[in-house]
Amino acid sequence: MNMVVKAPVTRVRPSPPIAMLAELTHRCPLGCPYCSNPLELVKGSDELSTAEWIETFRQAAELGVLHLHLSGGEPAARRDLTELTKAAADLGLYTNLITSGIGLTEKRLNELAEAGLDHVQLSIQGSTDAMADRVGNYRGGYARKMAVAGWVAATGMPLTVNAVCHKQNMDQIGDMLDLAVQLGARRIEVATVQFHGWAERNRAALMPTREQVERTTALVEEARKRLEGVLVIDYVAADHHARYPKACMGGWGSSGLNVTPSGRVLPCHAAESIPSLHFESVRDASLSHIWYDSSAFNAYRGDDWMQEPCRSCDRKHIDHGGCRCQAMALAGDPAATDPVCVFSPHHAALAEQATRDAESLETDFVYRG
Amino acid sequence: MTEDTAVETGGNASTPDIVIDGATVAKLARGVKLREDPVRGQTVLLAPERALALDDIAVAIVKALDGVKTLDIIAAEFSELFGAPKDDILADMIAFIREFSNRRMLEIAR
Repeated sequence: MNMVVKAPVTRVRPSPPIAMLAELTHRCPLGCPYCSNPLELVKGSDELSTAEWIETFRQAAELGVLHLHLSGGEPAARRDLTELTKAAADLGLYTNLITSGIGLTEKRLNELAEAGLDHVQLSIQGSTDAMADRVGNYRGGYARKMAVAGWVAATGMPLTVNAVCHKQNMDQIGDMLDLAVQLGARRIEVATVQFHGWAERNRAALMPTREQVERTTALVEEARKRLEGVLVIDYVAADHHARYPKACMGGWGSSGLNVTPSGRVLPCHAAESIPSLHFESVRDASLSHIWYDSSAFNAYRGDDWMQEPCRSCDRKHIDHGGCRCQAMALAGDPAATDPVCVFSPHHAALAEQATRDAESLETDFVYRG
Repeated sequence: MTEDTAVETGGNASTPDIVIDGATVAKLARGVKLREDPVRGQTVLLAPERALALDDIAVAIVKALDGVKTLDIIAAEFSELFGAPKDDILADMIAFIREFSNRRMLEIAR
């Protein structure tokens, strides 16, 4: 064991952010059991105004943000969505709408395309209406999404299908890939549910089995070869069955920022689950100050904050110790090693719990309220 | 999760679906944009969930892909401009087009 000689703290100025996720609203017609919005939702009356959002976009562009993701909740619940999109596009931001499709009409989509929207990401909850409508708890949702995909295709805008997968729909992944091709999507994101926030309540009904994960991984590998040049497949595997954690956000405060409906700026969408951090708002501070100088963004930058086993680990610059929110949720310490990691003292308990949840016969969801 | 943390699909250039050669005509697909990035002092190609910093040669190729000229014509122009053998330039361009086409960033007009 080497003696750890602590170097003087010299803070390197972080690189500017590449992407900003603007959660325009937490309002949403769906009730997905793995909703990634925080347990405490922002009320409609607390949402940033049109002018406040546009000013935030301006500051983001000035800071070096290239990609702007317009998200929610359901961003179509904002009546000023087209106006916001146009303002962002005029600032040179690459605009991406992340939507369930509910609330969009053909007319509205054409207006968005006209306003300069660059890309649409449409979520699907399954490959059949029975599955999708049950998971989203919204009757007729699947049929609406199919219509929306057709309207997007007609505008010529690129379409990405977002397929969130879990125990109950994972065996439809092959069909969801085929569906994405049929819908004319250029990309699909197959993302396994992340067990934070609301998804915690539905662990037993959502956690995939190890066999399902292995089948899905193999299927994705095969499909990538078969569909090369047709469909780009991004895949986020289930991390509770992994040996090493994911490099969450590519490292804390390193490439992206997230603005909540009321203007609080977070390093990732779940960061408010870490109670020791204080998050500043665009209502009180500039985006530049928050990115470069705020305590929350600097809390887990670099590796000075790391504890063992991360501190002396070869992989610390690969995965940055994993997800801070998961460390908070599962180890009770946001600076701990992500318990997904085999070197975490909490790993065995996490793996056992994941196996128990995966084997559970529970199928009922507690829908997002 | 939609950030660049997602697993990148590996471009497998050994199994191209479409033939790309000197007669190919290509242009950027809708939703793919070349942009100056003054904050970082570079030129970037922006596409769904991707931002690629391009070197000068890649920028020149992307700008030349106008959906009208064939790769042969562009390679001949570049050969004159940069004083390099046309066949080498064409081979480089074909590899570039194949990779970007596999990433669904280009439309192959013919």
